[in-house]
Parts: sequence; C-alpha cells; structure tokens
Amino acid sequence: MSPHLVFDIAHLLAGAMVLISLMMLYQDRLTALIKVFALQAVALAASVAWQAYAHDAPHLYVTAAIALIFKAIALPLALQRMVTRLGLHRQVETAVATGPTMLAGLGLVGLSLVIMLPVTATSDPLAREDLAFALSVVLLGLLMMVTRRNAVSQIIGFMSMENGLILAATGARGMPLVVEISVAFSVLIAFIVIGVVLFHIRERFDTVDVDALDRFRGGRS
Amino acid sequence: MTAMTVLLATPALAAVLLALWPAYRSGAWINVLACAISFGAAVGLMVHRPESGALLLVDDLNSVFVLLNSFVAFTTAVFSATYIAHEVESGRLNSLNLRAYHAMYQVLLFAMTLALVSNNLGVMWVAIEVATLSTVLMVGLYRTPEAIEAAWKYFMLGSVGIALALFGTILVYMAAQPVVGEGQDGMVWSVLVTRAAQFDPALLNLAFVFLLLGYGTKVGLSPLNAWLPDAHAEGPTPISAVLSGLLLNVALYAVLRFKMLLAANPAALAPGPLLMSMGLASLLIAGVMLYRRRDIKRLFAYSSIEHMGLIAFAFGIGGPLANFAGLLHMVMHSLTKSAIFFAVGHVAQVKGTQKLSEIRGLTTSHPALGWSLVIGTLAIAGLPPGGVFMSEFLLVTSTFEQPFPLMLLALPLVVGLLIAFGALMLKLSAIAFGAPSPGTAPVKASYLPMVVHLALVLMAGIYLPAPLVAWFQHVAGLLG
Repeated sequence: MSPHLVFDIAHLLAGAMVLISLMMLYQDRLTALIKVFALQAVALAASVAWQAYAHDAPHLYVTAAIALIFKAIALPLALQRMVTRLGLHRQVETAVATGPTMLAGLGLVGLSLVIMLPVTATSDPLAREDLAFALSVVLLGLLMMVTRRNAVSQIIGFMSMENGLILAATGARGMPLVVEISVAFSVLIAFIVIGVVLFHIRERFDTVDVDALDRFRGGRS
Repeated sequence: MTAMTVLLATPALAAVLLALWPAYRSGAWINVLACAISFGAAVGLMVHRPESGALLLVDDLNSVFVLLNSFVAFTTAVFSATYIAHEVESGRLNSLNLRAYHAMYQVLLFAMTLALVSNNLGVMWVAIEVATLSTVLMVGLYRTPEAIEAAWKYFMLGSVGIALALFGTILVYMAAQPVVGEGQDGMVWSVLVTRAAQFDPALLNLAFVFLLLGYGTKVGLSPLNAWLPDAHAEGPTPISAVLSGLLLNVALYAVLRFKMLLAANPAALAPGPLLMSMGLASLLIAGVMLYRRRDIKRLFAYSSIEHMGLIAFAFGIGGPLANFAGLLHMVMHSLTKSAIFFAVGHVAQVKGTQKLSEIRGLTTSHPALGWSLVIGTLAIAGLPPGGVFMSEFLLVTSTFEQPFPLMLLALPLVVGLLIAFGALMLKLSAIAFGAPSPGTAPVKASYLPMVVHLALVLMAGIYLPAPLVAWFQHVAGLLG
C-alpha cells in the first residue's frame, strides 16, 4: 500500500474524531449526546486499529478492542439505561449557550494546530498531525466539561477527552504501556459511572445537575 | 526477599486481606501492623539499597520521600485506630464502610509507594491515578451530601489533572523517541535523564507545561486548588492527614522528576520561573483565604496549599541552598500538618462540630489536646524553635542571595508568610483560649503519634543530625 494512503486514512479517522467532538458540543438531548459519543468511540477504535496495522503493532488491537467493546457498546448502553431509568431531564443543561461554545471549540482546534505542528516538525509524520488532532479532542472534551452542568454530560466530556489521549498514545510510535494505560483509564471511567449510581447522586439531589451539589456548600467555607 | 518486595507487597496483600476481614476493630490493628512492616521495609531500603532496574529506581531523592511516606502512613494508621473507634460508637460509620476504608488505605499506600519508586514514567502515572481513585472513595466515605460533593469535585478535577499529565507524558516520549528509540526505554526516567540533552527542546517545553498543570492540580498549586479544601474537610480526618502530608508530596515528586529532565537539556525552558510564580500565587492567595475560614479542617487545608506553594517556590529558585530548604520544609510540613490533623480529628469528635465559631477554650477543657494543637499551629505558622521556622528562614535568606531582580521576590515571600502567620494566630487564639464551649467530655485518644511528630519537628528546629544534613545536601545538588 502506498505510504500516502496510510497517512490519509490515519488522518481521515483522526479528523473524524475532531468533527465528532464538535458535534457533541451542540447536542441538546442526553440520549443523542450518548449516541454521538458512541460514534466517536467507534472512530477511535478504527483509528487505533489502523495504527496497529500501519505500525505493525499487534498489541494495539487490544486497545482498539477495549475502545470498541467498552466505550462504543457497553458504556453507552449503561448510560442510556441510567438516563431512562432515572428519568433524568433529557434536556442537556448548558452553562454557556451553544453558539459561543461552538466558536470557542473552533478556536481550540485552531490553537492546538498552532501549538502542535511547529513543535513536532521533526517527528514522525504519521504521529505529527495525529497529535494535533488528539490535542483538539482533549481540549474539546475539557470545554464540554466546563460548559455543561449535568453530571452525565460532564462524564461524557471526560470520556471524550480520554479518547483524545488514547489517540495520542497510539499515535506515538512504539510507545510502551499503551494497553495498560487504556485499561487504567477504563477503570477510572467505570469508577466515575459507578460513582454516580452508587453515591446515589440522583436519590439525594433529585437531579444530576451539579449545581444542586453546590447548594450544599451554604454555610461552609 | 528484598526490602523492595516487602515494601510493595505488604500494602498490596494487606489491601486484599482487609477487604475480606469482617471485624473492623482487629482490621484497624492489621492496618497498623501492615504499615509498620512497610515502614520497616523502607528503613531496610536505606540500609541496603537495591540495584535500580528499568522498572524500579531508588536514589537519594526518592528515598527521602519513601521514608517520610511510610513513617507518616504508619503513625496515621495508629491515630486512625482510635479515631474510627469513636466514629463507630457515634454511628457515623458501619463495619462495611470500615472494611472499604482500611482496604483503600492500603491501596493508597501501595499506589503512593509505587509512584515513588517507579522508574517508568507510565507506571508512575498509573500509580498516581490509582492513588487518586482510592482517596476519592475515602473522601466520600460519610455519604453526606457535602462529602459526595467534595468527592465528585475532587474526582472531576483530579481526573482532568491526571489526563493532562498523561498527555505531557506522551509528549515526553515523543521527544525521547528519535534519540532513545522505540519501546520500553523511551519511558524509563534514568535513561531519559542521561540523554535529555539531545531531545527536541520545543516538544519538551510543551510536555512540561502539560505535566505541571496536570500534576500541579494534584499538588494543589494555585489556581488549580479548588478540590483540595473540600476533600480535606469532608473525608475522615486520617485521610486529611494523609492527603496533606503525603499525597501532595507524591505529586510534587512527579513534578520534580520532570523538572530534572528539563534541567538536563540546556536548550529547554527553565522550569524554575513557572514553579516560582505558581508557588508564590498559592502562598499569597491561600494566605489571604485563611482569614475567612469558618471550618477548622478547611483552615488547615488552606494552610497546606500555602505550604505546598512555599515548597514549589523553593524548588523553583533552585540551587543547593533553596533546594535544601524546600526539601526540609516538605518533611517538616508533612510531620507538622499530620500532627495538627490528628489533634483536629479528636477536637472535632469531642466538640461534635468542625465550625470554628463553636470551638472555644480548648486549653481549658482538654489541656493535652489543646496545647498540642497550639504547639502544632505555632510550629506550622513558622515560629522558632520549630523545624518549619528553620526551613522558612533558609528559604528567605536564599531568596535574598539571588541576583538583583530575583531577590525582590523575597518581599512577596515575606509578606505571604506574615499574612498566613497572622491568620493562624487569630484563629488559634479564638479556639484555644477563653471560656470553653460545650462538649467537655474527656477524649479517648492516643496522643503518641501526635507527640512523636511534634517532638521530631521541634528537635529538627534545634538540631539536625549531620548524616541527615549531608543526605539532604546531596539531594539538593541532584535537583540542580
């Protein structure tokens, strides 16, 4: 296969992840947001599998499989069930309106290109643009975490941020411990999701709106 | 069996055992025993230092941290045993909570030790992540709305910090890969530090920014400290002691390792000014915030932010004297702050509240406890003859010795120290003296951990043994 095609497919998949991150920013229903997140996890799995093939690194297939099974199928199903069973407000409550958020998101993508491309000029070309895309996904995930009030959408923001990190880790040629790191991250996410259920955030607060948590700060400082 | 195996295996096995052990009272003593064995192993590590490999590394720098870590973990376990007995009697915790608590305590100890002795940057990252997870569970242990809020906030901010740190670690690998080659070696710190001079400086700079933001969140440096006061105030007090005294240090240790990496590359940016500005900002902001605290545990949590700022500032200045001061200050802060939290834990139990306004006249109603708190607070505020005074004095003098524009930083440093001193004195006089507030029942406390810590701190202020000075001086040299 020509090396150009290898690059192009890798960039196509990584670019798709950035686009999907932007798509997440304007979802106004939790169920739709969860579906878009699942789509991003599929794109991540495809991207990691492609890196595994292109770099001839079979252990990365494990990471791809984790992304596909855990993040594209199991977690969205669990979150979906949680949202319907708890009867959460389906509406995503935003702290900042969608328009400015999208503009900020575009700015962040530009920022990560400006930061990453010059400093990686000497690196492996396959890793180079992937890293810029990965930083965009990380920053967009962070943006989503700060602009949403709802705990479930914050979790999704965090998971999408983590997708970006896995993309960066698999893009770095021959990086050790990638599989271990993706497992560690999966544990972290599972903890967060279980935490929401186990800590009975809903039971105690009637809503997963994080603003409700803030109310309990009254009188303490 | 080597000391290293014992050091790592004891907490790992104890965590499993304690998760399955049904009786909480004996569980508490198993916890103490496991910590004692770990401490013994850490001392063994000093006597006979193992060869460093690709996975584990023991040098003069991290042996300071390992020894301090296992010592404070041990004394905190002793304190915890009496503390939780009271919590069970008052019905705040049940035996299932306590099983989780004891198991997580050992998981935390394991993760912190692994982060300290790991030579592989990826393993270090995973270990710090596990440490974060176990403390989140412990912070949320009481299941009150406040505790859940604190745990959630800590969880979210801690996870973001962890994520940024991973991105920085990946960038370090990317910088190393063209020089060191692909695979395991690209993540081994001792390999990286010898070859760092050839790394691409731009990539290394960017990596350090992410690492400083990421691990800096866990150190509690301003402006990334929002999680810290909540997590300290709402969890069980032994956890506040371990968080302040140990976990912040472990995160700082990670920052220091990367700082050494950058220092080895002459073309990379100097990490000092970044650390100095974050440190000074933490000192000044936390100092001012101290005045408005109404909760005793939050008060001392802000004081931890202040002291972590001082330590970061000291390492930021660099040079043998300031590094020595930073290292000494770190040890003194860990010992003093955990002693204060031991006292505060019992105070909150006898008074039934953490509100500063409802705690009065402690030296009258509980002389031993009250005076220990007074001594501890005076020591942490930096009064002689405490060890904290000595390290702060060294820090201020070494700042004055800097070349012209840098020496001006001594001014905000001294102002910050005075602000914090004033706040602590104000709060202390209110809670320690005057007519006692209700809640005069005698305490069932073991004063031993508190007394040992305070005695060590006072001793260090008067006389530092020569081998210790030589050891710290060597480490200060290593840090550059």
